[in-house]
Formats: sequence, structure tokens, C-alpha cells
Amino acid sequence: MKKITLPLTQEEIRSLHAGEGVLLSGAILTGRDCAHKRITEFLDRGEALPFTLAGATIYYAGPCPAPEGKACGSCGPTTSARMDAFTPRLLSLGLKGMIGKGERSPKVCEAIEKYGAVYFAAIGGAGALYGNAVKKSELVAFPDLLSEAVYRFTVEDFPCVVAIDGKGGNIYKR
Amino acid sequence: MRIIHSDTIEDAVYRLAREACLNLIPSCKAALVRAEREEENESAKFALSAVLKNAETAAAEQMAICQDTGYAVVLAEIGQQVQIQGKLLCEAVDAGVRRAYRDFCFRKSICDPITRVNTADNTPAALHTEIVAGDKIALTFLPKGFGSENMSRIYMLTPAKGTEGIIQAIVETVRLAGSKPCPPVYVGVGIGGTFDGCALLAKKALTREVGSRNPRKDVAEIEERALKEINELGIGAQGFGGKTTAIGVSCELAPTHIAGLPVAVNIQCHCVRCTKTVL
Repeated sequence: MKKITLPLTQEEIRSLHAGEGVLLSGAILTGRDCAHKRITEFLDRGEALPFTLAGATIYYAGPCPAPEGKACGSCGPTTSARMDAFTPRLLSLGLKGMIGKGERSPKVCEAIEKYGAVYFAAIGGAGALYGNAVKKSELVAFPDLLSEAVYRFTVEDFPCVVAIDGKGGNIYKR
Repeated sequence: MRIIHSDTIEDAVYRLAREACLNLIPSCKAALVRAEREEENESAKFALSAVLKNAETAAAEQMAICQDTGYAVVLAEIGQQVQIQGKLLCEAVDAGVRRAYRDFCFRKSICDPITRVNTADNTPAALHTEIVAGDKIALTFLPKGFGSENMSRIYMLTPAKGTEGIIQAIVETVRLAGSKPCPPVYVGVGIGGTFDGCALLAKKALTREVGSRNPRKDVAEIEERALKEINELGIGAQGFGGKTTAIGVSCELAPTHIAGLPVAVNIQCHCVRCTKTVL
């Protein structure tokens, strides 16, 4: 599997092909339903976000609390399609990578292509494996959202499959 | 009359929640092992082997097998000869859920449907009670993830649709769910009853062993035919394509009205977690 160090470079994104396995290492932000709504509200009000979206990779996930001795509890991906309504706007602001599970809407696929981004599929239901790939977890924003808050994870060899590559490649198109 | 104290129920729910969230049921694991062995699609095979490795890691390290430790669905069959002393039954069940989700680092996933404010302790449980004969309480714990719950459907078919209509409804639900509910899925189907009762039958069908067959031959045939058609959809593990889109279809039946044919299809992801005990 191809090893990738985050943040993603444009060159790296261009080199990825749907269906290929990758191991991601570096920093990712978590964000799911409530965080996406919150981010959009910040943007609507013209307020600065408490983190940078430009160049970032976001992981659609809400972790279990960390057991003693671990950086993170079980933490697999959630269904990405629920974030579709918010995604094109975030891509227009420079979001480069997304990690989740399942297909995306045609609008998201178009935006991935337009803004030169990539969508990785993590394996849904493999929460313990992904939790163990998280080496460090810091709360970044929205603590009131509990597991839905935005965390910055430092991950090591986080296994994914390139699902939508921004060049028309889409693993879900059969 | 047999007296059962609410503390006994609370402790049982605590243990059931823990065991459920840490382990796949053996019949699910066996089905996934078979699916992985037979899969030829490289990405789907990778997904299935990751899921199996995950199950081993979760059990060995006592981590939740999936971070979506679910809506705590509790089915309680209460013998008519039982008297519960102490707390209310629902309070005892919630107390067991609250303690287990706190002590074992399970995710708290329950929130107000409008404000989305989290209840922070994974309560209330979805408690379904049934009064049955005898002097025991049978408890079933099903932590229900919502990626799959979201993909579930109910059809109010006309009687004329018959068996073919039932199979079409089951297969259509899985087709429309696509890659979203973490396939290969386990499909619980309710056939008959009322609008509400049919959905509960579908949920109860998910508490059966994966691969089990309804004792009624005509219903078992529906299960088998639906499973075959689903696995011809080519959605495959995680939607990556391949042979196994579902690991099982279980149908439960109830008499219905002469004017109707309700069919509820409750989707369960590949992470089938369910524990049972009798008090």
C-alpha cells in the first residue's frame, strides 16, 4: 500500500487512482453532522473558524472515549453522504482530503474534480483498528458536541482505499 | 409469583451491553470468514479481512468493535408470574446502559431530535416489553448503529403484491442503501402486523442467528430468494463490489389486516452485535 504523509500535496492528489490502497500518516481533523452544521454557521456569519480548512483532510468520525493508555477509543468512519450538503462549500475553501465511508452525491464528485481534492474510504466497522492508528488526539473546537466535536488526530499508517480520485475515478461506480 | 429485583435487571443489562459492544456474534463472524474466503474482488477482500482483524483486536484489547455503539435496543419478555421490585423496569434498564457506556468507553450517541443536544449517557434505551407465560425475564440487547438504521424502509404493500412484492421490497431497500450502511448487511424483515408492529418484527428478526431460517417453509423460501437476489446486486463489502452484499435475510411474521401487506426492512451493518440472557 502506498504511504502518504499529510498534508496532501496537489502532486500527490493527482497521482492517486480510485481503488488503490493507501496508508495515511500525519494530522487529520474529525468532523461529522453537527460539526459541519456549526462550521457552516461560522462561515455564514463571516467568522473565522477555530482551525484551518485550507489544505486539511477531514475524517467523518465520532470516536468512542479513549480507554486508559490509548490516545483514542474505537473510531471508524461514519456515512459520508450525510455531509454531502456541506462539502462543496468546504472544498471551495481549500479542503483537500476527506475520509469516510460510502458513496458521495454527484455535486460532491464534481466539486472534488473542480477543486482538485480526493475522497478516501476507510473501512466502516473497523473501529478498533482505526482507534489504534490514532497516536495523538487534541480537542480543537466545539467541545459541547462531545463525540461530534472537532479533534485533531495524529495518525500513523491509517489504512484507506482511494474512493473518488478527482479525475473521474470512482470506486462506487459499477 | 416470583420476585425479581430491579438491581438484577440493571446488572444483567450492564453485562449484556458490555459483551454486545465488544464482540461479533459467532454466526456473523462465521459468515464474514466465509465471505472473505470466497471474495475475488481485491478491495472487497481487503475490507472483509480488515473487519475480521478488527474483531480480533476489539476482543483482545476490550475496545468497542465499532465506534457506533448504537441506540441501546432492549427487548424484554417478562413472564406474567414475575413481579419486579425496586426501580421501574425502564429505570433499571437505563441505569445498566448508563453504567456500561461510561465504564467501557462506549460512545454516547443519543440526542434530542430537534436541538441535537446529546443526553451524554446513551439513555434512554429503546425498551420493548412483552408479557409472556412463565416466571422468568428474557432480555435481549442489540446496540443498533444508525448508518444502517438510516437505510431501513417500510412498505405498505397491497395484498395483490404477494410474495414477489415482498422480495422486491427487500431487494430494493438494500439496492437503495448501496454502500452507505456498511455492507455486507444483515437484513431483518417484518411481514404483516400493523405499521408499527411490522417495524418491531423487523428489529426482532435481527436478533436471530445469521443464516438461521424461519421455520415456515414458505417464509424460509422468501429469505433464501431475497438473499440470492441481493447478492446479485454487486454492491459488495463497503460498496467496493464483489460477491457478498448481505450475509443473511431473516423474516418474522404476524397476521395482518385483509386490506394490507406491511413489509418493514431493517438494515443491520456487518457488525452484528446481540446478546441475550434469561433471569
